[in-house]
Amino acid sequence: MASKVIHAIYNDDDILMNAVKAVRNEHYHIEEVYTPFPVHGLDKAMGLAGTRIAITSFMYGLVGLSVAIIMMNFIMIQDWPQNIGGKPSFSYIENMPAFVPIMFEMTVFFAAHLMVITFYMRSKLWPFKKAENPDPRTTDDHFLMAIDAGSHDVEKVSKFLKETGAIEISLIENEDDH
Amino acid sequence: MYTLPKKLKLFAIAFMVVGAIGMIAGFLSAPKTTAEVKEMMASHHGDGHGETVEDVSHGDNHGEVNEDAHGGEDAHYEHVLHQMQNRPWSALYIASFFFFMIALGTLAFYAIQYAAQAGWSPVLFRVMEGITAYLPVASVIIFVLLLLSAFHVNHIFHWMDPELVNPESEHYDKLIAGKSGFLNVPFFLIRAAIFLLGWNLYRWISRKNSIADDTAEDNRYFKKNFKASAGFLVFFIVTESMMSWDWIMSFDPHWFSTLFGWYVFAGMMVSAITVIAMVTIYLKSQGYLEHVNDSHIHDLAKFMFGFSIFWTYLWFSQFMLIWYANIPEEVTYFVTRIEDYNLPFFGMLAMNFIFPVLLLMNSDYKRVNWFVIMTGIVILAGHYIDVFNMVMPATVGTSWYIGIPEIGSLLFFFGLFVLVVFTALTKAPLLAKRNPFIKESKHFHY
Repeated sequence: MASKVIHAIYNDDDILMNAVKAVRNEHYHIEEVYTPFPVHGLDKAMGLAGTRIAITSFMYGLVGLSVAIIMMNFIMIQDWPQNIGGKPSFSYIENMPAFVPIMFEMTVFFAAHLMVITFYMRSKLWPFKKAENPDPRTTDDHFLMAIDAGSHDVEKVSKFLKETGAIEISLIENEDDH
Repeated sequence: MYTLPKKLKLFAIAFMVVGAIGMIAGFLSAPKTTAEVKEMMASHHGDGHGETVEDVSHGDNHGEVNEDAHGGEDAHYEHVLHQMQNRPWSALYIASFFFFMIALGTLAFYAIQYAAQAGWSPVLFRVMEGITAYLPVASVIIFVLLLLSAFHVNHIFHWMDPELVNPESEHYDKLIAGKSGFLNVPFFLIRAAIFLLGWNLYRWISRKNSIADDTAEDNRYFKKNFKASAGFLVFFIVTESMMSWDWIMSFDPHWFSTLFGWYVFAGMMVSAITVIAMVTIYLKSQGYLEHVNDSHIHDLAKFMFGFSIFWTYLWFSQFMLIWYANIPEEVTYFVTRIEDYNLPFFGMLAMNFIFPVLLLMNSDYKRVNWFVIMTGIVILAGHYIDVFNMVMPATVGTSWYIGIPEIGSLLFFFGLFVLVVFTALTKAPLLAKRNPFIKESKHFHY
């Protein structure tokens, strides 16, 4: 089944924001919005579900903290016991202040890197991936809203989109539905 | 316009009365002679903070070693007598300093908002001005307390004893004598006067301009306040640092830390922002401040979270270097606190770091008002104990306890603070309506 998508192009983020709200008010389905830069509040206007990346970040941080504790305990206390600060106690907890910078850094390192990798995987991005971007101008100064034409009257939708401030409207017929 | 509810006024006055009774009871129950100390120690032995003779070996890192060198039980009882006499004064000083630091921190935060031309905060300016109205009152109290110490009414500032810098005396202390060029009573009082006058001058000017701005034709008063704020911040960061050496670090005159000013500053800022958030939420719950929305509370909670971590960072930076280097003259500071103040020392670390980090980490929780209030109460209690830990080990040593004098002083200054702040809030409209950023602030959303 071939699906029809209407591409409406805008040249201002404020107009786009108002258009997104208007389109959603009319109960048309927005498939995707392509913007050259992150538009503040667009996710809320589009009604996208909140990100859960903060939760993964917290868990990755805990992993990093555990790795740091296990690592420093093995290196400095068990495998080759060290005299730390002239206080040879050979106990992790008593030497803990010396390990706090490492524990902190590993927490940040794990949280940051694993969060970025998670983000790439979740958004299906990898090196040499072909851009999904329908119009190269959206990487420069234009904003593109893709609306599912579905069973709507294309003429009517186009007219409505013009009113919301679109400068260019085109109907795209996709051969393979993905 | 906000009107002070009768109930709130009564509530504040009740706190002051109860607090004052506690404070007076604290002063009256302090022993006057070593005989009374012996009696008290015999009956009070189960207080939970060992006051045995052996304990005297530590807890006096403040140059009273000479006194103890004579040995014997009488010297010990005399030492404990001084500690117990210092206790109600220290409790009074800590509580008055704690509320003073909230007002001063708010003033600095307010100046930062002006100097940065922040767009989110102008709807909160009148709340901040209300809190800083406590600054003149607190300044007078603090100055009177410093004067009382200077005239030897109490002995909480050990270094003020003239015997210590007199080479003829058997109590001569070479280290304190070496610092006496800076750390002497007249210069100490002159400095205190300069700090307090400077801060109060800015508070007076900025409040006057802020009120005048409401009826102005142009942004002249805003510009004046912008310049005054930038100037004040330069003055503040230098004087705040010196104030913390004078009014807190000098309790341990042998010890020093180069980041002490920053450490006190961080505690001051986090307490101040917590109080701003609490007063804002309270007024909002009473139906005032209609332009304050979730996002403003969210931003204040972010500051509480951020400054709590900043405070911990400085606490740790100070602790780790001293712990690692293990130099006797530096490390005594933490040895006393860990051995004699173990629970408050580690307890306040949990309250000031682990609590805010875990409770305020989630973005959604920062907009839940009662959550911010509950976390705020823990943060404020934690920072009171932080000040307690900075002062008490030097003034009362092992004879500490959080009892009637401490709680009484805290209640008294809490009542006074509430009374002054909420009375000041009635003096001007709660919206700085002609501030050039007020529109942005009203529409602020995250």
